[in-house]
Amino acid sequence: MSAKKETLGKTVGVVVAVCLVCSIIVSGSAVGLRSLQQTNAALDKQSNIIEAAGLMDKAQGDIAATFDKYVEEKYVDLSTGEYVEKPSENYDMYKAAKDPNYTVKVEGSNVGFQQRASIAAIYVVKDDQGKVDRIILPVHGSGLWDLMYGFLAIDSDGNTVRELVYYNQKETPGLGGEIQNPSWKAKWSGKKLYEDGEVAIQVKKNANPSDPYAVDALSGATLTSNGVQNTLTYWLGENGYGPYLKNQSWKS
Amino acid sequence: MADVKEMKKVLFGPVLDNNPIALQVLGVCSALAITTKLETALVMSLALTSVCAFSSLFISLIRKQIPSSVRIIIQMTIIASLVIVVDQILKAYSYEISKQLSVFVGLIITNCIVMGRAEAYAMKSPPMMSLLDGLGNGLGYSMVLIIIGTIKELFGFGTILGFPVFELVQNGGWYQGNGLLILPFSSFFLIGGLIWAIRTIRPAQVEPKE
Repeated sequence: MSAKKETLGKTVGVVVAVCLVCSIIVSGSAVGLRSLQQTNAALDKQSNIIEAAGLMDKAQGDIAATFDKYVEEKYVDLSTGEYVEKPSENYDMYKAAKDPNYTVKVEGSNVGFQQRASIAAIYVVKDDQGKVDRIILPVHGSGLWDLMYGFLAIDSDGNTVRELVYYNQKETPGLGGEIQNPSWKAKWSGKKLYEDGEVAIQVKKNANPSDPYAVDALSGATLTSNGVQNTLTYWLGENGYGPYLKNQSWKS
Repeated sequence: MADVKEMKKVLFGPVLDNNPIALQVLGVCSALAITTKLETALVMSLALTSVCAFSSLFISLIRKQIPSSVRIIIQMTIIASLVIVVDQILKAYSYEISKQLSVFVGLIITNCIVMGRAEAYAMKSPPMMSLLDGLGNGLGYSMVLIIIGTIKELFGFGTILGFPVFELVQNGGWYQGNGLLILPFSSFFLIGGLIWAIRTIRPAQVEPKE
């Protein structure tokens, strides 16, 4: 190494030049590919909804067309349980939780977040005759490490679970991460949510598979299982989708 | 300038004679984690090979300008930028696989193979040879990943690239999937076996007894 390579000015110059070039390349690729990535993310969300809708077999890989045909996005005012107009273009209930126009404080619950949006974006799944088949409710709540985002698909009676699909979670792979395991997800189908108007569904250890109100907790993942329980208790209760499910607004 | 023979040696040497995983035992952690399915192993190989080749090329191009006091940082900056670009491309064109690979694409930055080639070869070799060297080491890494991925997917799930080869008992067939092979740590045994096999073919790689 020659000595003149090591002057302070040259060292700083090279570092700055390399950083500049690299940052241009990185930001260029990030900006250039953003629209494609957003399309992918939207498609990924739709495919999760299609899975919760139980239309995976019907879709045959054509997610977007199936989504357009059978699934309808609706907006529900959570305090009244009535349908409302789409609040704004690009409304996102998770972003709106921090928007002063829509924010609602969450109190007296250990669901794991402090604010939620007043209006939820739910999905109504119709069959070929146009009859409501399932209601898909977005739910989220804290697991062991972070918030877990999922879709709860309910039968049109407003009480029977069809699917519980988590699509974004950071639980320990192999333990809490098993909430995405098909065999655990299969345990939810047919479970009942409410008994005499109260939230009755329970995630508990050694649950009897024939008990309609209990789902066996994940072994080795007590805190994740508790997180699922807290999520459902909150979202099915009075502060969540309780009024909406009681109204059964989709029937009118 | 280097002749064709030398270029061949630089390109294919790392595949068997000087394999980065089997001889140098570098970059093992990603080889453990993402070889459960052949598809992810292939994409990871592709990602690592391109990062390794291009980082060697770029570092070699500016090797005379890099001050030695900050050379590691500059190498890291170049490698990191390339990794981010690869990650962005994966997210745009192959979203499902990029979700499965999750953090491991980002962790190519810390993969010893890339860093090792940059420091050991690209810093003192001309650009063309560095490109070949990076490519060769990427191929060496890919070979190990593909072998392990094939074994794990075939005997763990009974499939190759998702196509059923052995009909699983669950689907009414005869093959009981080997649950051990689905877990990441089974790669330890497989990589160990592979090192053993390569050293039996090439006894020169065996370390002398102390």
